Amino acid sequence: MTATIQPPRSGRPSSGQPGSGRIQPKYRRNGSSKGNFEMFAWLFMRLSGVVLVVLIFGHLAVNLLVGEGIHAIDFGFVAGKWADPFWQVWDLAMLWLAMLHGTNGVRTIINDYAERDATRLWLKVVLYAATTVIIILGTLVIFTFDPCPVANGVQLPGGFCPAP
Amino acid sequence: MPTKPAGTLYRGREGMWSWVGHRITGVVIFFFLLVHVLDTSLVRVSPEAYTAVIGAYKNPLMALGETGLVAAIVFHAFNGLRIIAVDFWKKGAKYQRQMLWTVLGLWVVVMAGFAIRHLSLALGGH
Repeated sequence: MTATIQPPRSGRPSSGQPGSGRIQPKYRRNGSSKGNFEMFAWLFMRLSGVVLVVLIFGHLAVNLLVGEGIHAIDFGFVAGKWADPFWQVWDLAMLWLAMLHGTNGVRTIINDYAERDATRLWLKVVLYAATTVIIILGTLVIFTFDPCPVANGVQLPGGFCPAP
Repeated sequence: MPTKPAGTLYRGREGMWSWVGHRITGVVIFFFLLVHVLDTSLVRVSPEAYTAVIGAYKNPLMALGETGLVAAIVFHAFNGLRIIAVDFWKKGAKYQRQMLWTVLGLWVVVMAGFAIRHLSLALGGH
């Protein structure tokens, strides 16, 4: 079976130059309202994806496969890692890239499956609120981490405090 | 009467099912990530709160859950690299099916290694 594809009837006649009026403005993907946002989102998924493969595989290997694995993870393990700026930067990059990558993925899924305008809007409001809270919380935790926490002048048990 | 559509690059077969798998694993990983940032944030509450909640990850049932989560992450990672190859490599679309089977082969190898190591550590006597 063969099918013949009809030439487009709505486009203006070609003037010979690419992009010069062959596509009606309303069908252009880079309409003035959204700019190139969707293109940058598409590109960001690919760039952040490559970096996340390295960051997350490293995270899993160091936390689960080395030494005694998951049994080694406790407050002291986290304190030991975040005493080193290398792991602070690693975890910060992982937090931001993974959250933005995941948020954009869920945004795409909401756009695909939520058909009512109001449903889409509210699902995305909830999504962006959760993303904002998690990114700010995680960033604060990494940078305000205290290996020797004190409550009411008393050192909390389990902390790593300098000898008096 | 429309005939049943023939397979295309994206309808049915490897192209569509890898897309379905990518979506499902992506959502699973995203919701775990939200929980994981929250549980890690307990280091700012107290050392004991963090260690107690992290202790909840250290039982046989959770060890299986962690292995499933890593399986989702490894599939999403390798299939994501395949998507990048489809988009940016000149012959990517032509070889997308072979690349999916490569992804699945690598996934089996990596997950066999991870599962043996993690489950023997997590289920081993401590």
